[in-house]
Amino acid sequence: MAPSEFLVNYFPILLFVGIAIGFGLLLVVSSLLLSWRRPDVNKLSAYECGFDAFDDARSKFDVRFYLVAILFIIFDLEIAFLFPWAVSLGDIGLFGFWSMVMFLGVLTVGFIYEWKKGALDWE
Amino acid sequence: MFEALAFYVFASVLVASALMVITARNPVHSVLFLILSFFNAAGLFVLLGAEFIAMILVIVYVGAVAVLFLFVVMMLDISFADLRKGAMQYVPVGLIAGGILLLELISIFAAWQFSPEASKNAAAPTPEGVENTVALGRLIYTDYVFAFQAAGMVLLVAMIGAIVLTHRQRPDVRRQKVSAQNARRPEDVLEIQKISSNSGV
Repeated sequence: MAPSEFLVNYFPILLFVGIAIGFGLLLVVSSLLLSWRRPDVNKLSAYECGFDAFDDARSKFDVRFYLVAILFIIFDLEIAFLFPWAVSLGDIGLFGFWSMVMFLGVLTVGFIYEWKKGALDWE
Repeated sequence: MFEALAFYVFASVLVASALMVITARNPVHSVLFLILSFFNAAGLFVLLGAEFIAMILVIVYVGAVAVLFLFVVMMLDISFADLRKGAMQYVPVGLIAGGILLLELISIFAAWQFSPEASKNAAAPTPEGVENTVALGRLIYTDYVFAFQAAGMVLLVAMIGAIVLTHRQRPDVRRQKVSAQNARRPEDVLEIQKISSNSGV
């Protein structure tokens, strides 16, 4: 397939990205042009139920969120390996099939470990 | 013509957003610019014909790694104003380290030469009439099976490492145990006492 012929397949995506950017700009610019603005310091001040803000909204949160995100990324990568395998399964034969089964088996060991360890439970 | 236009748009937005990543004041904005530069890099990969890498960039980097970066930025409860206060005193040390690295890079590129065999390895285009993803799939699982299984092992180590490092057993937390609930029988926990009247318990 010639390169330009191949890129024609991606033209709808480019068009879609263009429309998305254009629409986003339209909303921002139109609210900039059309809205009624009366700036006031108090409109920008932090407000917590009648009190002044106690402290910064940025605060430490539990490392368990991070654990969930890491586990998500690992299985995301596993899925990423499945795509080329699925489309070329007809060409790579039984050996390719079993090499993927091995790979999935290794990750299933990790999955069982994390399940038994309770890393997926919240409380 | 159209390809060249798309290339220059993607490349210039990529370079501009990469610059913003290191210059933005707010680290959360840096991460958002990083996401923008990932998207543009994906566009460049599509222009090169590397569809699979482009999609992986969007799925893995934009979808997962950027979220992780956001977590780290938001979890490290750092006051960035305090951090910036003493930054100027480290400028000389930073300049020395950066200068040494720059000199090393210059000396590398001055002595750089390609081995004659290297160009043969680089010029391995996708076979005619085969999509990029299929061509990758034909190689990864058979010719490069060792690297593939090693990747699986690395993922396993990462998974176990993340659990070992961050997972703590919380003794004060009461969990529901369905099996214990189902195994509980009235005769084990209830006892019927005969109490004669007017004598109290």
